[in-house]
Amino acid sequence: MSTPLHIPILRLGTTYRSVNVRQIKDLSTGETVAEMSVGNAGLLKRDTYKFADAQAALQAIPCEDLIAMSAKAGELFMNATLPLGDTMQTPGDYVQQLSRTSGLPHTLVRANMAKVHEALTHLDDIVRGLTRGISPEVLDRGFGEVNGTAVSFYPTTQALGMVMPSNSPGVNALWLPSIAFKTPVILKPGSDEPWTPWRVVQAMIAAGIPEEAFGFYPTDHEGSAAVMDVCDRSIIFGGEATMKRYGGDERVEVHGPGWSKVMIGEDCIDDYEKYIDIIVQSIAANSGRSCINASTIIVPKHSKAIAQAIAEKLAAITPLPNDDPNAKLSALANPKVAEWADSQITNGLQASGAVDLTEAARGGTPRLSTFEGRTYVLPTLVHCDSWDHPLCNSEFMFPFASVVEVPQNEVLDTIGGTLVVSAITHDDAFTADLLRCRDIQRLNLGPAPTSSAQWDQPHEGNLFEFLYQRRAIHMAGATSGDGR
Amino acid sequence: MTSTTPTTTDPVMLAKDKLDAHVRETIAWHFSPATGTPYWIEYAKEHGIDPASIKTFDELLAAFDHFDADQVLRYIPHEKMIPKAFEGRPYNVFETGGTTGMPKQRVNWEDFQYDYTQFSKTLRDEHFPRGGNWLMIGPTGPRRLRLAIEHLAHCRDSSVYFVDLDPRWVKRVIREGNPAQAKGYMTHAIDQAMTILRHRDVTALFTTPKLLEALSERMSLVKLGIKGAFVGGTTMDPQYTRFLIEEVCEQPNGDSMGTAGVGFYPTYGNTLMGVAPHRDNIKENGWATTYYCPQPRAVLRVVDPDETAKTVEYNTFGRVELTTLTKELFMPRFLERDEAKRVEPWLEKYPWDGVSEVRPFGASTQKIVEGVY
Repeated sequence: MSTPLHIPILRLGTTYRSVNVRQIKDLSTGETVAEMSVGNAGLLKRDTYKFADAQAALQAIPCEDLIAMSAKAGELFMNATLPLGDTMQTPGDYVQQLSRTSGLPHTLVRANMAKVHEALTHLDDIVRGLTRGISPEVLDRGFGEVNGTAVSFYPTTQALGMVMPSNSPGVNALWLPSIAFKTPVILKPGSDEPWTPWRVVQAMIAAGIPEEAFGFYPTDHEGSAAVMDVCDRSIIFGGEATMKRYGGDERVEVHGPGWSKVMIGEDCIDDYEKYIDIIVQSIAANSGRSCINASTIIVPKHSKAIAQAIAEKLAAITPLPNDDPNAKLSALANPKVAEWADSQITNGLQASGAVDLTEAARGGTPRLSTFEGRTYVLPTLVHCDSWDHPLCNSEFMFPFASVVEVPQNEVLDTIGGTLVVSAITHDDAFTADLLRCRDIQRLNLGPAPTSSAQWDQPHEGNLFEFLYQRRAIHMAGATSGDGR
Repeated sequence: MTSTTPTTTDPVMLAKDKLDAHVRETIAWHFSPATGTPYWIEYAKEHGIDPASIKTFDELLAAFDHFDADQVLRYIPHEKMIPKAFEGRPYNVFETGGTTGMPKQRVNWEDFQYDYTQFSKTLRDEHFPRGGNWLMIGPTGPRRLRLAIEHLAHCRDSSVYFVDLDPRWVKRVIREGNPAQAKGYMTHAIDQAMTILRHRDVTALFTTPKLLEALSERMSLVKLGIKGAFVGGTTMDPQYTRFLIEEVCEQPNGDSMGTAGVGFYPTYGNTLMGVAPHRDNIKENGWATTYYCPQPRAVLRVVDPDETAKTVEYNTFGRVELTTLTKELFMPRFLERDEAKRVEPWLEKYPWDGVSEVRPFGASTQKIVEGVY
């Protein structure tokens, strides 16, 4: 049996092999695919003295060049053979390794890969979207002019901390602009998904971005807390408990459950059949793992017929071999998480007023299922009689949604915090109400799946505004408006 | 009956013989009406134990159940625990535990001085220069530790500055889900330590691993003039030990006994046991820290938690069981709140079982509150 490859810690330019390792295993066979160094929190705390140099290394490179290097990194990420510990990793290796250890089928790994590639190769658009068109030179000099007004921005942190999840490789796209914004990144990878952040970092280094701009610290709970301690700006992914803990802390941006929704207006509801595919895509894209997946479908009427139609389509999504080109469903890396989700739904259904329509559509196959040694929770659609049912507006890490009837004139007072709403309506008054709604972070008007994203439209926080603060500036003796 | 032959040179057997002899001496002391401890004399009667029949440590293990320290050291009057030979002599009361409820208390006359005098011999002059000042950041109050550290320093012609710490408060705020307050308290302790270090020449430190790390985040220990640090009180897994040696103590080649950085002396001990020195080739042992208790005054066994009569195999984790055998305290088979790996004897220095990678009992399956101490 061959020695598993080792994924080390990257300490802003220095590679470090920890005594403690975490084994990352093939979900089907149990074989150890890699051992990942797991560092103690103190390693990162001691490395904070390198932050200033790391930031200076990026400051020395023009923003335009960093964008160009990022684009090159996108190509390398997609196509090149890159270092992985003491070995090299081809794109095919990456797909295999990530698929074997995360449960994502190759189709979804490649889709996520394409998402990261697109983000890197379109970083100019993203930067423009995030800065609302400010010239990159303004970031190089720290001051400049926008529409005739002098502006100056200063960094809010020496490094951006990222406490990453394991559920979806595509979320790495979120931190990519940080490099163009001249801010080093301190990555704490998800315990089961080091592959993507590691490969992105290697692609960026190969593209010419200084290696001291990257910290890659697989660590424990204490280490995660240290990331947020030592970085003046951090992004963390987590559930409601994480949101509660860090909510209101301006240093921390929490990406929690999205509670994303599809709504059909009264004016379109009689044509609901036209929108079933968009709803199914909203629920099941990326195997339902993203916060932008819809978890609640809100309609003014026809809820049972709509739920039945969705359920039949969802029930057709079944586990397939990981390399099957038609595979759409991911296994869950941790069977306990799968069991927990299944039991939550089973318990929820015991409260009256909800019915699982997918179970019947599947012919009674249990929701919790194994295939080729991997654990799956099969797509589930629940019809709820009331918004107050415990399963309504619930979110899980697999394709799950509830369908519920809420009168249109009550819906915006009901939904609560929602990351994405796809509102299918032509009603001007309802549209105006949607545009004014403070609970919606991203609004798709018209029949678009919640899972579609545009890079120049940040839907959950704005990384530039997180990493930079505008200051008033006056340069005595300068001609008004020349910005210098 | 002892198992030795008069000609044996096996250090393990010799140590066992010495232990058995010490057991006979200790039993005779504590169970004799002339010198003995009222609690144990009554205990023997109640449980039908014939002390005179106990000749070896194995027989002691068979005769006594686990010492119920939670009951005895909390609620039995001290008078019952005072050997007749010490009657009338004032004593120290030292506490352990007590985060909630009544702490465990033991009485002490000379044990800690003896233990730490012996321990002093394990410290090297290059790390603990004679006459150099020490700083202890740790619990004083009702603990043995302050007096023990001061005695140890005095053994080496040194004096000690103290920064006090209340570990009960730290554990309480962590348990109550207030890590910010615990962190604030730690900062408060380190602030005080830095003030001392700025104004006084200090060459040696005694504190916990976490506080040592926190101190080094403020300033290089080497630049502060620290030559040696001995630490104890909370868990150090191998990676953390390596980090402390290489980065906190700035020993570039990982030699904990080097002189380029700060000499690193992990210790394991408590009020009931005394103090156990460590085996100094930490790096060569995969960064695991191994301790050898001061046998025969104390005996550590690593036992199967489900069948505590049996020790676990070497290099296997089990629960730590302590037997204390001094003239001041007889305490058979106390199950510590720690688990550790059982390690083979160190024939050259300590030819009896060691304990390694000590951590709170149950740490592999649940989160245990340790605090900073």
